[in-house]
Amino acid sequence: MSSVATDNLPKWVNFGLIPFLNLATAFIVSGLVIWSLGEDPFLAMSLLLEGAFGYGEAVSYTFYYATHFIFTGLAVSIAFRAGLFNIGGEGQAIMGGVGILLAVTIGADLPSFVLIPLAILGGAVFGGAWAAIPAYLQAKRGSHIVITTIMFNFIAASILSYLLVGPLKREGAQSPESADIPDAAKLDPLSDFFGGLGFPEGPANSSLLIALVCVFLYWLFINRTHYGFGIRIVGLNPSAARFAGISSTKVIMISMILAGAMAGLMGLNEVLGVQHRLITNFTAGFGFVGIAVAFMGRNHPVGIVLAALLFGAIYQGGAELAFEMPSVTRDLVIMIQGLVILLAGALEHIYRSPLEKIFEKFNKPSKGEG
Amino acid sequence: MKRIIYVILALFLVASPQATMADEPKIALIYDLGGKFDKSFNEAAHNGGVAFESATGVSYHDFEPASEAQMEQAIKRFARRGYDLIIAIGISYATPLRKVAEDYPDMHFTVIDSHVDMPNVQSVSFKEHEGSYLVGMIAAMTSEKQKIGFIGGMDIPLIRKFASGYAQGARSINPDIEIIENMVGASPTAWNDPIRGGELARNQYARGADVIYSAAGPTGFGVIQAAKETDNYAIGVDSNQNHLAPGYVLTSMLKRVDRAVERAMLGAYNGNWHSGVEVLGLAEDGVDYALDEHNEHLITDDMRQRLAEARAKIISGEIVVNP
Amino acid sequence: MNVALEARHLTKRFGDVVANSGVNMRVERGTVHGLVGENGAGKSTLMNMVFGLYQPDDGEILLDGKTVHFSGPQEAIDMGLGMVHQHFKLVEPFTVLENVILGIEDAPLLGDAVSKARTKLEALEKSYGLEVNMDTPVEDLSVGERQRVEILKALYREAQILILDEPTGVLTPQETESLFEIIAKLRDEGKTILLITHKLGEIMAITNNVSVMRGGKVVAERVTSETSADELAELMVGRAVTKEVGKTVVKASEAILVVDGLCANDDTMHKALKGVSFAVRSGEILGIAGVSGNGQSELVEVITGMRAATAGEVFFDGVLTASSDDFLKADALRALGLGHVAEDRLKFGMVSDMSAAENSILGHQKDARYHKHGLLNPRLITEHCDDLMQKYDVRPPLSQLPVGGFSGGNQQKLAIGREVENNPKLLIVGQPTRGVDIGAIAFIHDRLVALRNAGCAILLVSSELEELMALADRLIVMCDGVVSGEGLPAKLSEKDIGLMMAGHKTPEHSGNVGGRVS
Repeated sequence: MSSVATDNLPKWVNFGLIPFLNLATAFIVSGLVIWSLGEDPFLAMSLLLEGAFGYGEAVSYTFYYATHFIFTGLAVSIAFRAGLFNIGGEGQAIMGGVGILLAVTIGADLPSFVLIPLAILGGAVFGGAWAAIPAYLQAKRGSHIVITTIMFNFIAASILSYLLVGPLKREGAQSPESADIPDAAKLDPLSDFFGGLGFPEGPANSSLLIALVCVFLYWLFINRTHYGFGIRIVGLNPSAARFAGISSTKVIMISMILAGAMAGLMGLNEVLGVQHRLITNFTAGFGFVGIAVAFMGRNHPVGIVLAALLFGAIYQGGAELAFEMPSVTRDLVIMIQGLVILLAGALEHIYRSPLEKIFEKFNKPSKGEG
Repeated sequence: MKRIIYVILALFLVASPQATMADEPKIALIYDLGGKFDKSFNEAAHNGGVAFESATGVSYHDFEPASEAQMEQAIKRFARRGYDLIIAIGISYATPLRKVAEDYPDMHFTVIDSHVDMPNVQSVSFKEHEGSYLVGMIAAMTSEKQKIGFIGGMDIPLIRKFASGYAQGARSINPDIEIIENMVGASPTAWNDPIRGGELARNQYARGADVIYSAAGPTGFGVIQAAKETDNYAIGVDSNQNHLAPGYVLTSMLKRVDRAVERAMLGAYNGNWHSGVEVLGLAEDGVDYALDEHNEHLITDDMRQRLAEARAKIISGEIVVNP
Repeated sequence: MNVALEARHLTKRFGDVVANSGVNMRVERGTVHGLVGENGAGKSTLMNMVFGLYQPDDGEILLDGKTVHFSGPQEAIDMGLGMVHQHFKLVEPFTVLENVILGIEDAPLLGDAVSKARTKLEALEKSYGLEVNMDTPVEDLSVGERQRVEILKALYREAQILILDEPTGVLTPQETESLFEIIAKLRDEGKTILLITHKLGEIMAITNNVSVMRGGKVVAERVTSETSADELAELMVGRAVTKEVGKTVVKASEAILVVDGLCANDDTMHKALKGVSFAVRSGEILGIAGVSGNGQSELVEVITGMRAATAGEVFFDGVLTASSDDFLKADALRALGLGHVAEDRLKFGMVSDMSAAENSILGHQKDARYHKHGLLNPRLITEHCDDLMQKYDVRPPLSQLPVGGFSGGNQQKLAIGREVENNPKLLIVGQPTRGVDIGAIAFIHDRLVALRNAGCAILLVSSELEELMALADRLIVMCDGVVSGEGLPAKLSEKDIGLMMAGHKTPEHSGNVGGRVS
């Protein structure tokens, strides 16, 4: 009887109004902080929007960041479907970047149509392998995946630093970075494909298309294969998985390897698309943002794309805001991003129960008349 | 080269607030990851900007990138808006600046501590080894146990210049002096890890060193803190850090990033900015040791005398300090 | 007439669902009043309103003729109401005494509070025959004893009206009998008892009056001595209920499942099975009786490939499927023809957040029947589910509705349909009618018998003796991880089985009737 009271909200409230209210709250709180610093919050918000969508290159940057977040959002989401909290997107992305760089370095003389698939493979294999170790420890040894994936982020960062000050270091460079990748490996900017449709020049590149293909494959895999079915069963009800003969060990391994592969592909955008070299800290916390993206996107393919776009806009607009308003420091922008993550991810239910009450009251008289 | 200083001084006098030119140059200053107020390298750049602003009344725009990935975006953003001069501070800017400079061949860039060989880029670096030579001498002349330490941020060529000059300076006083050398880490976090800096310093002091020179950005705060706690000496770096713990900071190796920044800005203001490579050493007043009210009692007249002699010999070429 | 508790026109809605609609009920002081009804009839909602857990949307509650409003259970307790829930609310590591005084300690220091309480509790135990050692931690008590602690808790808080929610579900027949003795004593002392149950035998045995609920309303009130179990059953379901099961004679054949000396641990690594041996033949229903928690669940889990054995062997259709070395997993066993209807539907057999359609292929998700071009095909799955829903009368027939949205009976029909439609050679069924309404029970029993008549072997684990007696061809009883007795249902009395459930090996030997478990 008591279970009747949950989830009786219309879809548009669940997937439209609630995320909107969460977002609005985050911006109102941010606005108050900006106001308390003596700046005009409305101007700040319009600068943020202007910075994210106001001119061609801004749009391109927004898409560029969104590409990152689609990959890392998928990495969190796939694991979450199996009930696993993958905090290791950061480390998996780092290792994926290493895999991509090694692939294009080894295959430097190959033509693009071979080299780029090779790079995709390199990123996926390295990212997947990096996730496979915590997955194995969870499946066979019961080491908690949250702890191990966090630890593996640090290990990956150290490995990257070692490689970039050692074996992969660019000749004569002071800062830790690799040599430039071969031209054949560079991903074309999206303006080359869609320039005719008015797509602006900028950093957004064809890895966005690869990301969208991954989103489709994610949907297909989770909803249309028995592996995906098994992953969902393990995530929703591990006991039922035992009942159905679904091996949770297999599910943990498969879902984490795929998650790691998705995170690993983030390197395509950064290494092949924009930087054209491997630098330290190129993941810049995008792996963690993936957690918020997956949450806000409700682990739904379309939701992930939309949430990634939102975070892309906040990242790009936020940087622009810090740029335009001297008293809005980069730390304040991080705070705004944190508020969105907090309200959209962690506190997504704050408006749920009041809204349910409102809708219950709203529905009652209409039933009575009918 | 002393002329430059005179020119600057002259400009200080000439430039007055109302003497705003018809078209003020648009100048941008982009810091390294340490951030504007790191009491060290970036803050020196900031001070240079402030000095320019107060001298000319022309304001400039600055930006602190949040990650390496944002560096290129930041330079581009200024370039796109048609800034007359974009100054980037730090070793990480070599590649991003080169890329943007290629895309915007008509714009002017100054990069500090990096080397970008482009017709529209001015690369400024310093002879850190020469300044380090002087503080190495001070360390050796002060150390009672004839055992001194060096803590570097990362094992990169830039930091090796500091270490090398320091060791040469110390050995010029006592060829048998013992030098303990440590690097903080292998990743850029090494520049921002005062905890680790403090640990390494305490360790070196425990091993008998009584003066430690740190060339590790804000990580050096930990070294200075450890000096104060263990009643030993530390040597600051980049900016004058003597005031951070008066009596415990023996001196600071000044790297005049502030002057380089100010000079580049004035160049844009006066229209005499030029591209090319500049390396600033003792002769150009690009490096020095710090002497102020916090440490004047620590540096004796005798020491000052010997330092002045060494400086003259380095400038004249009699002493060659290897990087 | 002295009315202790009265409900007048109580109404409670949850969203669109009207759980209670204009409920009227009068409970006389010093009587045992029964409240019967199928699952979902509204009994729990009514009791939760009386106890202050829900606020009624309409109507009123009267205690001793005065209208009362409870905004929470504490107010109800203060007014002399006490409730013993189906699932006990005790702190296991605490002693009986500590549990009883928890929350109403009568002194700032625990030591003083305990010694004050001890005297009062001793008196209570004596006067109602509720004997239980006050200083034993609750975790060391048997289920029957824990229930006494719950009753003591209510009495200690000076309850005048005691609500017992399905109190006999976890008890052996002997424990039930001693509970009834306690209830009788409480009544004689002037307390009023409200007994919620779906077991009509208990209503007939102990109550003075009975209210029957159906569809959120009280449909009948009867004086117990003037009604019969058949009439009550009819009132509950709304139509005549036949209890006949049409078993045909099936020729005895080879054993299809052989369990030999099986040992296994439970989740906490304690020994749950201590050498169990038996066999099941095609065309028979072997019933396993026992108080729940005596190894039945672990036994089923080992046989169905969900738990490892520590010793012994299981053979299914001539294949060694489990030993201490290794065991076939559930998917491999299904491929061999083993069906499993899990005792805890929503824990094992179903995923409540998933649609009925997806649940209808659980365990068979790799089957080519549901695939097209190597991908799961939603149309094929939906067709399969629609088919099942029609054949097994699952209502509402909405294949896209999450399973959690169906009633217990309809979930169970779907679960049984899923397993039966795969033509198993052996069907393991745990608690097939737990939480299932009477209408569905008959349907499920019919299906199981039809399957047996068709030559399938069925292993039926149930805590409902009535059900086992009606369905099983042979019966074994489990107690403390071993088979404590075996026999033919027709030749065993309920008392015999009760003794075996309590661990007395030989049914001939008549022990003390009030004996405790453990």
